[in-house]
Amino acid sequence: MTTAPPDNFWNDTGRTGISSWIFSTDHKRIGLLYFYSVLTFFLVGVALGLLLRIELMAPGRTIMGPQTYNALFTVHGVVMIFLFILPGFPGAFGNLVMPIQIGARDVAFPRLNLFSWWLYLAGAVIILVSLFTGGGAPDTGWTFYVPFSTRTGTNVSLAVVGVFILGFSAILTGVNFVTTIHRLRAEGMTWTRLPLFTWSLYATAWVQILATPILAITLVLIFSERVLGTGLFDPSRGGDPIMFQHLFWIYSHPAVYIMILPAMGIISDIIPVFSRKPIFGYKMIAFSSLAIAAAGSLVWGHHMFTSGMSDNAVLVFSFLTFIVAIPSAIKVFNWVSTLYKGSISLEAPMLFALSFILLFSIGGLTGLILGAAATDVHVHDTHFVVGHFHYVMFGGTGFAFFAAMHYWLPKFYGRTYSQRGAIVAWALMFVGFNVLYFSMKVLGMKGMPRRYYDYLPEFTTLNLVSTIGSWILAIGLLIMLMNLFRGLFRGTPFTGNPWGGATLEWSIPTPPPTENFIEEPVVTHGPYDFTGTGRP
Amino acid sequence: MNPAALTSTTEAIDPVFMFIFGACLVLLLAITAVMLFFVIRYHRSRSPRPTSQVAGNLWLEIVWITLPTLLVLAMFYYGWAGYLSLRQVPAGALEVTATAQMWSWSFSYADGRTSNKLYVPVGQPVKVELVSRDVIHGFYLPAFRVKRDIVPGQKNQVWFVAGKPGSYDLFCSSYCGTNHSAMISTVEALPKAEFAAWLQNSGKGKTTGIDGKKLAEEQGCLGCHSLDGSSGAGPSFKGLYGAPRDDGKRRVVAEEAYLKESIREPGAFVVKGFQPIMPSFDHLSEEEVSALIEFIRSVK
Ligand code: HEM
Ligand SMILES: [Cu+2]
Repeated sequence: MTTAPPDNFWNDTGRTGISSWIFSTDHKRIGLLYFYSVLTFFLVGVALGLLLRIELMAPGRTIMGPQTYNALFTVHGVVMIFLFILPGFPGAFGNLVMPIQIGARDVAFPRLNLFSWWLYLAGAVIILVSLFTGGGAPDTGWTFYVPFSTRTGTNVSLAVVGVFILGFSAILTGVNFVTTIHRLRAEGMTWTRLPLFTWSLYATAWVQILATPILAITLVLIFSERVLGTGLFDPSRGGDPIMFQHLFWIYSHPAVYIMILPAMGIISDIIPVFSRKPIFGYKMIAFSSLAIAAAGSLVWGHHMFTSGMSDNAVLVFSFLTFIVAIPSAIKVFNWVSTLYKGSISLEAPMLFALSFILLFSIGGLTGLILGAAATDVHVHDTHFVVGHFHYVMFGGTGFAFFAAMHYWLPKFYGRTYSQRGAIVAWALMFVGFNVLYFSMKVLGMKGMPRRYYDYLPEFTTLNLVSTIGSWILAIGLLIMLMNLFRGLFRGTPFTGNPWGGATLEWSIPTPPPTENFIEEPVVTHGPYDFTGTGRP
Repeated sequence: MNPAALTSTTEAIDPVFMFIFGACLVLLLAITAVMLFFVIRYHRSRSPRPTSQVAGNLWLEIVWITLPTLLVLAMFYYGWAGYLSLRQVPAGALEVTATAQMWSWSFSYADGRTSNKLYVPVGQPVKVELVSRDVIHGFYLPAFRVKRDIVPGQKNQVWFVAGKPGSYDLFCSSYCGTNHSAMISTVEALPKAEFAAWLQNSGKGKTTGIDGKKLAEEQGCLGCHSLDGSSGAGPSFKGLYGAPRDDGKRRVVAEEAYLKESIREPGAFVVKGFQPIMPSFDHLSEEEVSALIEFIRSVK
């Protein structure tokens, strides 16, 4: 007598081998494809970041020349932004869990979903090709500012084509998610019972749909400027280089919210589970995601206070920047209050989530210094900014990504990692992170500009400290990944609902069945109602 | 914050900085303290079960929407006021034009004096007109807290005043290519009399022929072309005169005609292995170009 293999998505009955993955339309398999792709690029980006830090360890030439340094920070930025952090949350965890969280069998357009991943892959490959062909790796910075980007002999045109294609991937994911969340919610899954992670993906998807086309247009314009010599940004032919900066940031500032909103969503899901209490102010958090997405599209000019833009514009953009800070502050207060009178357990997902709150707050508060017109003038384009955005993107989104890995991946693998290993790794990363980036903030306040291959002797000590921090962080990261993946493939079994989550993904077998739900779910309670979840 | 009452740009910025920084620090410490307290007090070992299932509190939320709103509005206001004083140039300012090009600075004064350092008199406000010859650069004086992008085709300006004599860092803050981090200079603040003497001095220098070496420094040639044979962004001047040049299609010898063309119209012939990044120096007079060529010839 043979027993049928358990019904889970690892035992897909259709295709076999690699094609059961790269041609699969199952949202879980696509989620894992995204996960491993973005993780790979994250590690590439980290390696480049470490090289940058080694170069900056001491003044003068350490391991590379200026042209190499410039290419490396550009590639580091492009890889981290366009290949890791923008597609990261929606692509990996959005795909893995969102359909399950709303009680659906898959996303609304599974084939389009697969196509998005292929577009992502195509864009990534084109960017990689651009590094080694033509005039060599782009050296413009990830911001592609004209006129430099139209004059440089490096391979900007091809890289821009790659990013353009990535944009389409993002738009299609956005369309897919908005449709899925509107149309495929299970019976009883009202809008106020949506888990906050799904809420945040919903807000994010709208930003992806509405903002990304502007990136596409901007990239087409750079391309035509370089290839056809249109002169739209060339003052000697009636063009305006500042126009480019507006176009670029009209997309790229909202893109910051594509990066951070899903991270806030996962934090809002994790904190209640590990405190055994409903989230404090559910509606306010859900609403503030939408508020951030909307108001965030009106603040792009704060990247340009020193550009020569009119003072009236500076006034308005500075004002709006402070307004959009408020919903983020509200979320922080809500997370902290959720802890009150809870029963808190400090397992790995929770540690990453709590450190998210701190690092994100530091990033956000230093953002206020950049949002105030007077103080921005001093720290704009310095290492202060480099410190600031790493706190938000890495300390914020990055740490939330690690929280999500420790929270959800065992659910999909059915095995789990050692808590002790994860906690050691977390501690190293937290310390290393702050040493690395806090030093950068101080360097910036002392006046060290960013994108500097070399620096004056007065900046030596802090640069060395920062580089040492990068090594501590790297060791922590390595331990974290080894511990996690050893656990997922060979660790102790993970079954049932060990964290005691109340959202739908915790109600189905582990690993999830191919169709997610054995019978159609009917939702009868909110996402943070922990009665009957096994843990007190 | 009335700009007229300010004696320096630093004074306009630093109090705003301290205010925002202080408020942020207090907030951060408060959040951290409360969070740590909750995590310790309500840890599972002390609090095996949640003792409340409260899911919100309207009044609390109203309070913590209102208070931060007021706080950030204050920050906005002070930030804006400080910014305005950076924008209003005091009367009686000395006018200097800063010309930025990849990757050097040139400062010129009303009477035609040029220099690659920014000499200023102590105590007198200085207004700097910012001109770019190629891409976007940034004029940044950390000591005076001023920064402004230098955008081709656009008239940007900054002002500052040096309170004490001394030498202050001047950086290019806006990324501009290979040697961006080497595009640095200094502000040299001299006592008034000394500054006047320095400015005078130049007048004389001008009538007695042109010093090719000085011109090469002032125009920033030496930022890219070394004198010791090492290759920078451009070929070294050492041994250049009379050497064969090859752009992949043609071969020529670097003599008068070639050098002149290379200075006036650098894009016409780009030596193999280099990028076409040198800006045109068409604004130089015939005599100045000759002086430069004479100087290049002298570097053996
Ligand atoms: C170990 C990890 C990392 C290290 C050591 C590191 C280090 C650095 C350094 C040294 C710079 C250049 C500073 C300069 O010269 O201006 C830089 C720039 C940058 N980093 Fe990172 N970084 C790391 C991780 C990340 C992550 C996770 C992200 C985003 C999610 C990120 C995004 C960026 C961006 C966007 C830039 C700006 C590039 C540009 O100026 O065009 N980095 N990083
Ligand atoms: Cu520059």
